[in-house]
Amino acid sequence: MYDKYLIVTEAFKNIEQDGEVTGYQLGLRLPYYRGVVLSLVGATELTVDGERVPTEAMTVTLRGRTFPFMSFEDEPVAKWEFGDIGIVTVAKPGGLMPGEHNIEVRQHMKISYVPGGFWGGDTKALTVAG
Amino acid sequence: MATTHSIKRGVSLYSFQEEYFLHKMTLEDIIATCAKLDIPGIEIIGDQMIPEYPNISDAFVKQWHGWMDKYGRTPVCLDMFLDWNKYKGRVMTDDERIESVKKDIENAHKLGCTVIRVIHDVEPDILERLAPTAEKHNVKLALEIHAPSYFDSPLEQRLVEMFRRVQSPSLCFTLDMGVFTKIQPRVASDRLLREGLKPEIVSYLIDAYNTGTLPSTHELGRRNDALPAKILEMGGREQDIFWAMMATHGVYSDPKLLREYVPFVKHIHGKFYEMLPEGREYSIPYDDIIPILIEGGYDGYIDSEYEGNRWIQDAFVVDSPAQVKQHQAMLKRLLGEA
Repeated sequence: MYDKYLIVTEAFKNIEQDGEVTGYQLGLRLPYYRGVVLSLVGATELTVDGERVPTEAMTVTLRGRTFPFMSFEDEPVAKWEFGDIGIVTVAKPGGLMPGEHNIEVRQHMKISYVPGGFWGGDTKALTVAG
Repeated sequence: MATTHSIKRGVSLYSFQEEYFLHKMTLEDIIATCAKLDIPGIEIIGDQMIPEYPNISDAFVKQWHGWMDKYGRTPVCLDMFLDWNKYKGRVMTDDERIESVKKDIENAHKLGCTVIRVIHDVEPDILERLAPTAEKHNVKLALEIHAPSYFDSPLEQRLVEMFRRVQSPSLCFTLDMGVFTKIQPRVASDRLLREGLKPEIVSYLIDAYNTGTLPSTHELGRRNDALPAKILEMGGREQDIFWAMMATHGVYSDPKLLREYVPFVKHIHGKFYEMLPEGREYSIPYDDIIPILIEGGYDGYIDSEYEGNRWIQDAFVVDSPAQVKQHQAMLKRLLGEA
């Protein structure tokens, strides 16, 4: 559910720090009908132009707080609220080349009443301004 | 048909989730819409529309009651979840489960809700231990009977036995009307076609569902292996299995059993997928069920619960208020209010 809304087009851009491009950002929503604590957000498999992005390189910013994806299991209180757009930051020196990129997300949700949880997914072609 | 009854109408705000998710409507907009649509009772999923649930701020509680007054609505039900797998590497202890639901009970009390929709993975002995707390706060713990389960399923039978033994006014069921899904929702089969399932597989699923001949191992918490085998045998793809399972998740249970079990039902989810212009639901025969509820003396709320959104959102703009409006018109007609 909500699959086609997972990747948020407007938030896609390269980011700079001290004049250097250090990576890129995209907006992400969850494929579920309620907000959940981060420990119930399972694997986020992000693929850009066919290449899988290492989870270690990813953080998400939610309502002003930033969390590494690697630490979600340790967050049984902090929530990703229903409908909130998390700003995912990927550390990648130089960022992405200007032009179109194929972005694919597969998102696992560890919801206790669904044996094994479930997955959502979205694919969009997004453009980095030149 | 008995004409006197005290069944009340409400709506689960779950129905408006698409507009809330897309930030097209705020919680206040939704409550205002409920007033405009003349729906007296309000049900809310804490985790869906209450920030930081279960840690509800005093400011939210004040605002909530302010909205109830401003728009003249009545809080009815709070829907809870038991995320027993949220701690790393272990499941919750019984005591942690008790504490988690106790917090929901306190939250329901703060919000003025008299019913909690309890998710089915709260064990009967946990519920039993919570009865005194629920009674103290004048809140009913209404475990949800949801397809594919029904009154005669193993868990529900254990609960009935416990309800009879404990005799607590706070222990009861929420009944989801999805247990009376007589034919497969059209919004589901249409979606399967858009997802690229072969038309012959979609036709097969409709026919097998409607005639009760699906190869199914409907058992809570257990995977149905028979249907996937059939889909693959018909030349379906791996991803078709997920859609086939989703589209056939409903059940059509025997409404006659309601006569015996209505006394245990204190809340109802008026599940619906698609309202038709002539004022009926495409797949759930409300005209057959409501009279049985009236005869059985059901006296709680029936809360509209729109779930067609997830089936059509890939291709259409969801208009939840329009669907809820039609569902309420049907309830009014069947409850003799029209």
